[in-house]
Amino acid sequence: MLIFEHSTPGRRATAQAPATTAEIDLPAQFLRRSDTGLPEVSEMQAVRHYTRLSQKNFSIDTHFYPLGSCTMKYNPRACNSLAMLPGLLQRHPLAPESHSQGFLQMMFELQEMLKAVTGMAGVSLTPMAGAQGEFAGIAMIRAYHDDRGDAARTEILVPDAAHGTNPATAIMCGYKVKEIPTDEQGDVDLAALKAAVGPQTAGLMLTNPSTLGVFERNIMEIGRIVHEAGGLLYYDGANLNAILGKVRPGDMGFDVIHMNLHKTFSTPHGGGGPGSGAVGVAERLMPYRPVPVIARDGGRYRWLTEDDLPKTMGRLSAFGGNAGVLIRAYIYMRMLGASGMPRVAEFATLNANYLEQRLRDAGFEAAFPDRRASHEFIITLKKQAKELKVTAMDFAKRLLDYGYHAPTTYFPLLVPECLLIEPTETESKEEIDGFIEAMIAIQREAETDPDTVRSAPHTMPNRRFDEVTAARTPDLKWQAGE
Amino acid sequence: MSNIPSELKYTKSHEWVSDNENGTITVGITDHAQELLGDLVFVELPEAGKALDAEEACAVVESVKAASDIYAPVAGEVTEVNEALEDQPELINSDPYGEGWLFKMKAADPDSLESLLSADDYAAEAEE
Repeated sequence: MLIFEHSTPGRRATAQAPATTAEIDLPAQFLRRSDTGLPEVSEMQAVRHYTRLSQKNFSIDTHFYPLGSCTMKYNPRACNSLAMLPGLLQRHPLAPESHSQGFLQMMFELQEMLKAVTGMAGVSLTPMAGAQGEFAGIAMIRAYHDDRGDAARTEILVPDAAHGTNPATAIMCGYKVKEIPTDEQGDVDLAALKAAVGPQTAGLMLTNPSTLGVFERNIMEIGRIVHEAGGLLYYDGANLNAILGKVRPGDMGFDVIHMNLHKTFSTPHGGGGPGSGAVGVAERLMPYRPVPVIARDGGRYRWLTEDDLPKTMGRLSAFGGNAGVLIRAYIYMRMLGASGMPRVAEFATLNANYLEQRLRDAGFEAAFPDRRASHEFIITLKKQAKELKVTAMDFAKRLLDYGYHAPTTYFPLLVPECLLIEPTETESKEEIDGFIEAMIAIQREAETDPDTVRSAPHTMPNRRFDEVTAARTPDLKWQAGE
Repeated sequence: MSNIPSELKYTKSHEWVSDNENGTITVGITDHAQELLGDLVFVELPEAGKALDAEEACAVVESVKAASDIYAPVAGEVTEVNEALEDQPELINSDPYGEGWLFKMKAADPDSLESLLSADDYAAEAEE
């Protein structure tokens, strides 16, 4: 039910209503003549409505959420409560630097910590989300080539195991995309890469570990091939959680990286934001960083702007990025410390490998059985789809009935009927065991009572959605009188 | 097993090609491809008159599961596109080799069709 459907003419939440004592002095032609059409409800109705909606949430605070590629780890409450300190909450984004030294110090230290853990020469925190981070990264590669007068570089190479956002980013920045195939073990096909690079190559975008849940073993060789052709190497930070504190993109030869602070550094996400796609660069891309960047000058902190970085790729937000997200990521990193970071990667990887092995023991088919999983792995249900007519989507929906958020389904596209499963480091063995038992139970149902699985979920507030009709003829607008 | 008509030519990337024997060819996606994609919800087609290189990404088909590029099977020029798909992308699901065709093109080199896969070769590819 929508809040509009609770509406009764004339009902008000008086305590929340704005004072109407002020004289309205707008010119008459600008005053609205029609009713606003806003819902008219009491305070209690509004509270109940939104509380009920919130109770329908499947979230990391209520459920195991192994959504592969999304790193749905627990968001420590300490990060939230410290970020809500009045001094941080009430700082105006236009407050002068002299009034913001504490905030600027935190942001400077966040830049330094991200540099240290990724092995990059500089960091900018301004991108507001992963997509903006990617955009900033490729825009910097473009600015670098343009600055050198190297205008013939028109192509970005993207392995077919990449996130769909990578080719989209390259196109946004005015490049053509060339896809590089992956070999049977999940590594980039080196022969195809060698054949594809040339004077037209602006760069390569790579996720490592890849979306297939395995570490790219030939990364040093890939870097050499791309660099020798004059291209730059872009690291998509989607899977940084798997290698945090263990191996650094800078040491692998990457020239530019984006990090999803909302994933790896545990700020709340999953409802569409807010996020943070901070970028890190190697020495040669330092002049092109998006502004503002925070610098320390003789014990004082200040914003670097276009005056300091005239070759910057530009600004991505009105201010310095999503401050609330950056503060939470900062606190999370300070709580982990340098010694805590590798433990994140170790437990994320251990949990994924334990889960994969136990699912394989139970008869599920791993997409890359010869490879050790990184922090996530893929199982393929193509046998179940073919023999039992029960698909990956059916398993995913049935998991909801068992109290588990579904893994990522049908991504990556390279593996048919796949589930991409990422337990993260914050789940206990008991929680993971429960998920395994549910998968085994669903497999048994698929064999004995497949209709129950095909028609799941049965216990959720809504049953299976008609995604096809929703996409073909979307009905996006509520209208009075409907 | 999906339907693979023997009179058509195929690509590894799951396009089918029909030689119209008037200098043009018709291109669509195979029954196997539509089955993998599931219910299609959106199709983006090239413009008539556009020159294409062989294997150039020239169209997009989108289902609730995935968006997938369509590649030009050979080099040539687009002569006509199936505008019915704009409102009825489901034609690709219901009739992939008929009403669900994507576009027609004039091959730059008529002999280039020889390099495409036969129905048997494609069946072997799709089996993998």
